[in-house]
Amino acid sequence: MKIDKNTINKIARLSRIKLDDKESEDYIKDLNSILDWVEQLNEVNTDNVEPLSNISSSILPKREDVSNDTNSSEEILENAPDKLEGFFAVPKVVE
Amino acid sequence: MSKSSLKQTLKNLESKKISIRELNQDYLKRIKEKENLNVFIHFSEENVLKQIDNLEKDNSAKKLKGMPIAIKDLFCTKSMPTTAASKILENFNPTYESFVTQKLLDEGSIFVGKTNLDEFAMGSATNTSFFGNTINPLSQENEPLAPGGSSGGSAAAVAADLCLGATGTDTGGSIRQPASFCGVVGIKPTYGLCSRWGIAAFASSLDQAGIFSHNVEDASILLQSIAGFDQRDSTSAKVNIPNYFENLDDDLNGKTVGIPKEYSIDGTPMEISQIWEDAIKVLEKKGVKIKNISLPHTKYALPTYYIIAPAEASSNLARYDGVKYGFRSDEIDSLDEMYENTRAQGFGREVKRRILIGTYVLSAGYYDAYYLKAQKVRKLIADDFNKAFKECDFIVTPTAPSAAFPLNEKQNDPIKMYLNDVFTVPASLAGLPGISIPFGKDKNNLPLGIQILGKHFDEQQVFNAAVSLERSYE
Repeated sequence: MKIDKNTINKIARLSRIKLDDKESEDYIKDLNSILDWVEQLNEVNTDNVEPLSNISSSILPKREDVSNDTNSSEEILENAPDKLEGFFAVPKVVE
Repeated sequence: MSKSSLKQTLKNLESKKISIRELNQDYLKRIKEKENLNVFIHFSEENVLKQIDNLEKDNSAKKLKGMPIAIKDLFCTKSMPTTAASKILENFNPTYESFVTQKLLDEGSIFVGKTNLDEFAMGSATNTSFFGNTINPLSQENEPLAPGGSSGGSAAAVAADLCLGATGTDTGGSIRQPASFCGVVGIKPTYGLCSRWGIAAFASSLDQAGIFSHNVEDASILLQSIAGFDQRDSTSAKVNIPNYFENLDDDLNGKTVGIPKEYSIDGTPMEISQIWEDAIKVLEKKGVKIKNISLPHTKYALPTYYIIAPAEASSNLARYDGVKYGFRSDEIDSLDEMYENTRAQGFGREVKRRILIGTYVLSAGYYDAYYLKAQKVRKLIADDFNKAFKECDFIVTPTAPSAAFPLNEKQNDPIKMYLNDVFTVPASLAGLPGISIPFGKDKNNLPLGIQILGKHFDEQQVFNAAVSLERSYE
């Protein structure tokens, strides 16, 4: 078993998702079965194969380095759950 | 299948057989009658009437003027909220318009509403939506069926004739599979043909916008409208967009179709093998050369996809932290607690599952074994297609391994759910264009779909083969 209680807690922490005990148990089961299933990729010989991350066949285009004025701070803040004097507001992080 | 046609409606508008107002009022009426299908996350009659008013004052000629179009609720729209079917974006009102929807607005189309989907496009049945299931319009009263997913709302909107076309996105099959389930046409173009700008990201190396429509001609018209280069999407392609509709040619004489033997999978229902054979026979009669091809790494496509897609998703969805937009939990004693509670309460079960698996395969010590390995297998899958396309002009396969299944049937076992995408995922990994068209029915009279795959940016060939098969079937 690749994923145990400690591992799921670690991943949940890295993902910033709080899990209750029931959820942790369910995800341990799910993730182990998914990881067992993807193991089959080990059957494939990938020696000397380049990883493919972008299938876009054209060369990535460059753009002119010019400024633009899209995104005003009002627009950016419009959907913020909490804001204060033109900034995003979050719970206090320093005592 | 409905007899509606965007092309015919454009003609009727031009010859003044019908007005933009009459046309859209007809659609509004039907949308209200079909509310029980839960097709739309956002629908506002007032908003549609306002769009009609504005278009009536506009004297300029526009290609899609007055056409009622439904928009998957993954595309950011200024005039309507955008939720990605997630609680975490429940109250999100974009301050900008996605590239694709802007193009449709520029052409004069009317947005009838935002359609339901699997949360963040993660699912194959539109049953992971925070806003409830969409019901397949082809369901019998006593047994509601899934519309497929993730773009199930858009597919259902076309099938129930609540619009003359709809946008969708396809990461592993999210346009083609619901098109097959709902008996409509759905095309996922080549990766890079339509800009991803303004589409809530799921797996960026796979996400691609596309179209649902009543027939292949309409799909060719609508796809041309949403395609094009956009510098705000770094993988947007600078290619010429042909006039797919003007160039439609159902004469396939002398072309070669590839039939991949690896797509004969144990357990595929007889009826699906049967429509595949029927399609091949039709093509043969049209003078198409049949070529048996091999795509040897096909069986590894699904496990490859279910490493790469969650990995990219875990990274993309990190932005939903309760700070910049969307939902924020009330339990916020500290910053970390705010993040953890916001994401725990804001995301649904399937989305969390994929974030967790994606985080695991990218985490220190596992990256090479999972993510890098999957990217290498992805290269082999893409190479399989490149080799095959040296011997054929297009490839024909079934779209999905089943007809529409009852709602909630496949929820418990994630791997079983993932198998829905078995025929669609390989082309997604290779970035190829693919269309699903209705072709035959099963014993319960439910539609089945045939998938046609083409070379990169050869949407024209895909449309030509599709229109040819469609006309032979009608």
